Amino acid sequence: MKKPLLISAIALSGVLMSGAAQAARDYINIVGSSTVYPFSTVVAERFGKSTQYKTPKVESTGSGGGLKLFCQGVGVQHPDIANASRRIKATEVALCAENGVEEIVEVLIGFDGIVIGNSVEGTRFNLSRRDLFLALAKEVPNPDGSETLVENPYTTWKQVNASLPDLEIEVLGPPPTSGTRDAFAELALEGGCKTYDWIKALKKADKKRYKGICHTVREDGPFIEAGENDNLIVQKLNANPDALGIFGFSFLDQNADQIQGSMIDGVEPTFDSISDGGYPVSRPLYFYVKKAHVGVIPGMKEYLAEFTSNKAFGEEGYLTEKGMIPLGDEKRAEVKANVQALKKLVL
Amino acid sequence: MTDKQTEMTTMDKVNQSLARRYRAERRFRAYGMAAILFGLACLVVLFTDIIGKGHSAFLQTYVAMEITYDSDVLELSDPSDSNAVARADFQGLVKQSLRDTFSDVSGRRDKRALYALISNGAGFALRDRLANDPSLLNRSETVWLLADDDVDTYVKSRDDEGGAFTGRLNEKQIAWVEQLIADNAVEKRFNTTLFTAGDSREPEQAGILGAMMGSLFTLLVTIALSFPIGVAAAVYLEEYAPKNRFTDFIEVNINNLAAVPSIIFGLLGLAIFIGFFEMHRSIPLVGGLVLTLMTLPTIIISSRAAIKAVPPSIRDAAYGLGASKMQVVMHHVLPLAMPGMLTGAIIGFAQALGETAPLLMIGMVAFIVDIPGGVSDPATALPVQIFLWSDSPERAFVERTSAAIMVLLAFLISMNTLAIWLRKRLERRW
Repeated sequence: MKKPLLISAIALSGVLMSGAAQAARDYINIVGSSTVYPFSTVVAERFGKSTQYKTPKVESTGSGGGLKLFCQGVGVQHPDIANASRRIKATEVALCAENGVEEIVEVLIGFDGIVIGNSVEGTRFNLSRRDLFLALAKEVPNPDGSETLVENPYTTWKQVNASLPDLEIEVLGPPPTSGTRDAFAELALEGGCKTYDWIKALKKADKKRYKGICHTVREDGPFIEAGENDNLIVQKLNANPDALGIFGFSFLDQNADQIQGSMIDGVEPTFDSISDGGYPVSRPLYFYVKKAHVGVIPGMKEYLAEFTSNKAFGEEGYLTEKGMIPLGDEKRAEVKANVQALKKLVL
Repeated sequence: MTDKQTEMTTMDKVNQSLARRYRAERRFRAYGMAAILFGLACLVVLFTDIIGKGHSAFLQTYVAMEITYDSDVLELSDPSDSNAVARADFQGLVKQSLRDTFSDVSGRRDKRALYALISNGAGFALRDRLANDPSLLNRSETVWLLADDDVDTYVKSRDDEGGAFTGRLNEKQIAWVEQLIADNAVEKRFNTTLFTAGDSREPEQAGILGAMMGSLFTLLVTIALSFPIGVAAAVYLEEYAPKNRFTDFIEVNINNLAAVPSIIFGLLGLAIFIGFFEMHRSIPLVGGLVLTLMTLPTIIISSRAAIKAVPPSIRDAAYGLGASKMQVVMHHVLPLAMPGMLTGAIIGFAQALGETAPLLMIGMVAFIVDIPGGVSDPATALPVQIFLWSDSPERAFVERTSAAIMVLLAFLISMNTLAIWLRKRLERRW
């Protein structure tokens, strides 16, 4: 009674394994940044619905993880496209080349703003990047004015800057594995850090030390790591009107009834202020294409054309509805030309 | 004082302590009750939260539109030509109809806002209608079209005490929606899309069928592999294996594996199936293999317990009648142990159905729109879909997340009920 069942199960599994192991792939495989994911998936879905090709598969692995998978080699079992919320690093290009991925096409798609926001029930903050640096860095310049560093002594916003409300510093933000965190450290914290001339001078003398001062976030409580899920941060802000949170602009856009974005250096995070560069904490979004796969995996060229069409990443394209900030006209034309020519990335 | 104590009989002592002992007894029972009540309260809170958030996702707002299949707008002359139909601008029909309904709207910005009321998937629905009935070309009909997710959330929250959720709708858009409602052109219907569509980035077009099929294929692979292998291992260990250090070592290892965090199995699957065998990422076959590794220890342990529970007298009687070892196992031990083994296996599969962590490592946490048709098509699974939706910025995904949780819970409850029913139905006592 048991035997035929067992034998058929083993036979079935054998067939399954041999059939699926090395089959050709007829869909595009995309991996990478969780920030680019919302935009990449929209394009993928539209592409799948409006062409005869299958819908591309988009995996959210984080920028670093995605590029690592991307650089594993050429072949159907490796991804075709890697999304990234930062530019590819020289070390990653080297890893790619080592594994035979020599020709990469870089596509800049737009910008994403990083918002420091709180519940609409709280007061709207008007912060400068220096305030953010003083409130959140591990080591800050000595308050007595000398050119030395001390462990961050500030516990309330008022201590940081007398014009800010007398509230405890409590900021919910993403963990160090997140691209949002990297960008926040680079744009907001370093931006504030650089306003001290003597620290800025360090950049040339001791780059490592400079980075250590400007990018290290305090670990004594006021900065709370709230996980990669931006929705969770939004919910926690609702529950606690005194806390601030760090998240992507698209989440502010979707939750404008609950959350307000703090002004940074006097600029409010809005669609327009990010796109014209006025809002200081915004970062470029990219994706990288394996040139060797174009023409091998069906639909690659068409997907690239869809992504770089005006109806997608244009001024009023559907990606802007999802909260992506588009590039300027000239830059867009340049990107489009590069994609059509499949211009090889040179760092 | 000593006199008094010596005078007390045993009965007196018992009577004296009786009240205290009853009190202790009652306290003990109350602790147990409190533990159960605490558990139930947690469950009630969880369920009310999920159902309260999710029940509205089973309804979807539709808007009635008078659609004219104008061949000029469609740039289509022959509706039987499927290529031409695929290229035609059906969303243009929706825009045309919206412009006709709200003829006073002018200006690019306002028109864009107007078009945003209807889901951008509506065009595909019209395309299917025309493909089914080519005679509709150049004729008009009233069609119920999917409303955009912002409109959907607004219409659903209109009766809320705290006021309607307007979200990203501007005042003009709200006025248009109110006008449509006044014209009886807005209706909430059962949300079939939720059960017939794959994932989508537009909440009103998103469904869980893709994830359900993914879960089904993954589970099929898991069942086909882990049950026979688990039972075979259990039979060998119980019936044939000699008792020595080596089998003890194996037993310790199996028990150990049952307690290993599931993410470790994901890493193992990544290294072996994807790294070494070079299978594709994100396919149910790899997911099923990984979950097989994860459920095997559970199945082996429960199967061994079930085999152990078969009384030796049955084996002895069969041997006495001249049965061989294999006949004893096949004809007597296995059928009698089957209910116990099935119960253990179903609980193992229910656990596998709810698992996300190992699937994360092998790429099943991905945006996949097409419904998988086999074990080698890319797929997600139900719990993964919940995870992905909970991370989406669109507000309408909040209720869909809860709805997906309800569906997953329904599956888990029915599987566990099946396990209990099987045990009650088939179990034999000696």
